[in-house]
Amino acid sequence: MLRHGTAALLGRVPVSAAPSTRTPLALIVVALVSAAVAAIPLAYLLVRAGESGLTSIIDTLARERVVEYAANSLGLAAATTATALVLGTAVAFVLTRVQVPFARTWLLISALPLAVPSYLAGYGWLVSFPGINGFAPSWLLLTAVTVPYVTLPVAAALRGASGDLEGVARTLGRGPLRAFFVATWPSIRPAAIAGSLLVALYALSDFGLVAMMRYPTLTWGINSAYSASFDRAQAATLALLLVVLAFIVVAGERAARRQVPRATARAVAPRPVNRPVLLALLPIVAVAPLVGVGVPLLGLLSRLLEAATVREIDVPRLLGAVSSTVGVAVLAALLAVSLAMPIAALAARHRGRLVAAIESVGYLGHALPGIVVGLSLVFFSLAVVPVLYQSLAVLVFAYAVLFMPKAIGTMRAGLGDVPPRLVSVARTLGMSPLQAWWRVTVPLALPSVGIGALLVAIATMKELPATLLLRPTGVQTLATELWNRTVVFEFGAAAPYAALLVLVAAVPAVILSGVRSAAKEEL
Amino acid sequence: MRVTAPLSRIATTAIATTSLAAACLLLSGCSAAAPAAVETPATAQPVADGAFTLYSGRDEELVQPLIDQFTDKTGIVVEVRYGNTPELAALLLEEGDASPADVFLSQDAGALGALGQAGRFSTLPADIAEAIPAGFTSTDGRWVGVTGRARVVVYDGERYTADQLPDTIDGYVTDEWAGRLGVAPGNASFQSFVTALRVLDGEDAAAAWVEALADSSPQIFEGNGAILAAVDEGVVDAGLINHYYWYRTAAEVGPENMRAQLKFLTAGDAGSIVNVSGAGILNGAAADADALEFLRYLVSQAGQTYFVEQTFEYPLLPGVASPEGLPSLDSLINRELDLSDLDDLATTQRLLADAGLI
Repeated sequence: MLRHGTAALLGRVPVSAAPSTRTPLALIVVALVSAAVAAIPLAYLLVRAGESGLTSIIDTLARERVVEYAANSLGLAAATTATALVLGTAVAFVLTRVQVPFARTWLLISALPLAVPSYLAGYGWLVSFPGINGFAPSWLLLTAVTVPYVTLPVAAALRGASGDLEGVARTLGRGPLRAFFVATWPSIRPAAIAGSLLVALYALSDFGLVAMMRYPTLTWGINSAYSASFDRAQAATLALLLVVLAFIVVAGERAARRQVPRATARAVAPRPVNRPVLLALLPIVAVAPLVGVGVPLLGLLSRLLEAATVREIDVPRLLGAVSSTVGVAVLAALLAVSLAMPIAALAARHRGRLVAAIESVGYLGHALPGIVVGLSLVFFSLAVVPVLYQSLAVLVFAYAVLFMPKAIGTMRAGLGDVPPRLVSVARTLGMSPLQAWWRVTVPLALPSVGIGALLVAIATMKELPATLLLRPTGVQTLATELWNRTVVFEFGAAAPYAALLVLVAAVPAVILSGVRSAAKEEL
Repeated sequence: MRVTAPLSRIATTAIATTSLAAACLLLSGCSAAAPAAVETPATAQPVADGAFTLYSGRDEELVQPLIDQFTDKTGIVVEVRYGNTPELAALLLEEGDASPADVFLSQDAGALGALGQAGRFSTLPADIAEAIPAGFTSTDGRWVGVTGRARVVVYDGERYTADQLPDTIDGYVTDEWAGRLGVAPGNASFQSFVTALRVLDGEDAAAAWVEALADSSPQIFEGNGAILAAVDEGVVDAGLINHYYWYRTAAEVGPENMRAQLKFLTAGDAGSIVNVSGAGILNGAAADADALEFLRYLVSQAGQTYFVEQTFEYPLLPGVASPEGLPSLDSLINRELDLSDLDDLATTQRLLADAGLI
């Protein structure tokens, strides 16, 4: 009875589970708790927007400038996602299917743009090319720093994808590109689409880069509303509009994502190519790191050299910032992964409207600018746990709310990849569902959990607005120290913090590029 | 085929990372400059206990030495939270009465006005409120002005001299300035200036000016610093900013290296108004003697001189000399303008929104 009930609630019987597995109600409940956590900012926005009344909300939304903001946000997100998807897949393809010298190093380099905050990339470019502004530089720079979100999962998927089908397609007369699309693309498509979702949400929520490039998106409007009018109701209305756009994007991803049954994979050896072809292909891999990391760092270096205020570096303070940054990043990664796990586990094996709703809510925090999430947690913590206000606990919690989505996608893919028959075997050996999950599914999905944790850690290290609002007074991270100095035009003093921020964030990026999927290699 | 990994290995990794995180945070706690706050629910009664909490919308590089001077002189410990003025104001509004802050030091009067209107400030004692002449401080004693900030035109020194440029703000929205002026319509100081335009010239004239500005396709920036940087690079010909931005950049790179130059508009013109930064005491700290002592210090000779020397802003205490090279405050002050009239930004924002600028 319970099984029928939950199956009905979920809309359908689960797709890839063995017939004897029930849909666990406990899992749904735990996932609902995680979704509730992710929905805190939404609740806050509804309360604040509601304060001003319906006419005021409609007035704000009908403003010509607001429509322009929304169109710009959507346009930028769409364009960035498209280019990141194409470029990311191409880079992943070159790095896994072509025999490239120093392949590991190239993969590492391709992951480096993750370590650069978008505002730093924008600033670095403005130093060298002061006149740039508007849509084009915003689009190109956002693409450069988000390409790794597509490259890394697609590369991992390609490593595990079977080359047999492609070979069959070739013998049937398809050209190489067509064979790729027909045979290989369907199996890497979930990874590519999941990565694209992160790109789209990042583009929607970004403020630092578009502010520097003077491209007015919704985040610009939200910031103006806070900065000039101290009108939190108006800011909340605009943020709700952003949430609506995010839901559209998430729904689009769900529609585009189609679960493909995993075939046992015989890994494809990279093909050797001759030098001219190699020289033509390597720039594809190099373009994003060059644009997203190389040029900005060169710009910072040039500013450092010409600045009159190359102060003595306050080493204890620098080390303090480093240890704070690393400390909160690790804790945030652990919390985010724990919160994302139930949602990922639910979405990996089950379908239905409730699952879709839970998963969509989980992605919410990623579309909102940091100031909104920060203020929502000020509101929430003062209302619920005032004694913890301005403590590390609330700050880490904020990071988990903000970056949980980065873990959901990768973990969902990893959990979904575990062959159900292994779980069935464990059950026939007498384990309970929970035991089977813990001893079979989790260890096999651990690399994807690791990837999710690393993505959260990197994002936490770069985060600025929520950190400024929620940090315990006196605690600084590398990002806040950097902001302290750029705000006062002390570019010379800012450079060491900028360099260290990229360096520290590069460490998990490098680890990320090296993580391989154990299941794919060993089966 | 390996099916399970030793759980002890997973557990060990988890414990190791958590210990690493805890160690990092302990280390950072040791090196954090400020003393750790005792976490009590912030409804505790304030007492003169030798310490207070300051939320500073002015940056650390500027304010910390002043605070250190204050602590050396009085022995009162100050726990400071630095941030952007608008974000701190939003934070204070969000925190409400549960805020741990005792004093708010603000970059501009708009934030002070918004907090005053929301009833977050307590009335200041007469000796602080009356230290600063009327016209540069609040009319109801809820906050006190600390320094003055003049609106100026920054222009490309390689293409123009000051005489070639219009002397009044009306001259910058004509057809010949199409696309050549940089403004930051979302910025509080620009909006204060437009409010001054409404107060001084009337609603119709102000609306006409805003329309003319919108029609001339100005280059939109996020803030004054961005405008200055753009003019300095030759990206725009001129912009509307606050005077001290130029001086602070000049201190960083050297005045002789500054391509951008400043022009002060005619006294009495809305384009040359002097706005103020200031501070107020939050409701819960009305009786906190330490907080009051800090405000007294800000409007004292020592505090005012500090600002003159470090930020090149105008001192508001009578008798303190203005920074060298700047037109005197008296020559700029507009007797008809009451700063408290600048508190209301809502109508200005509607005006700018209707013109499509924000």
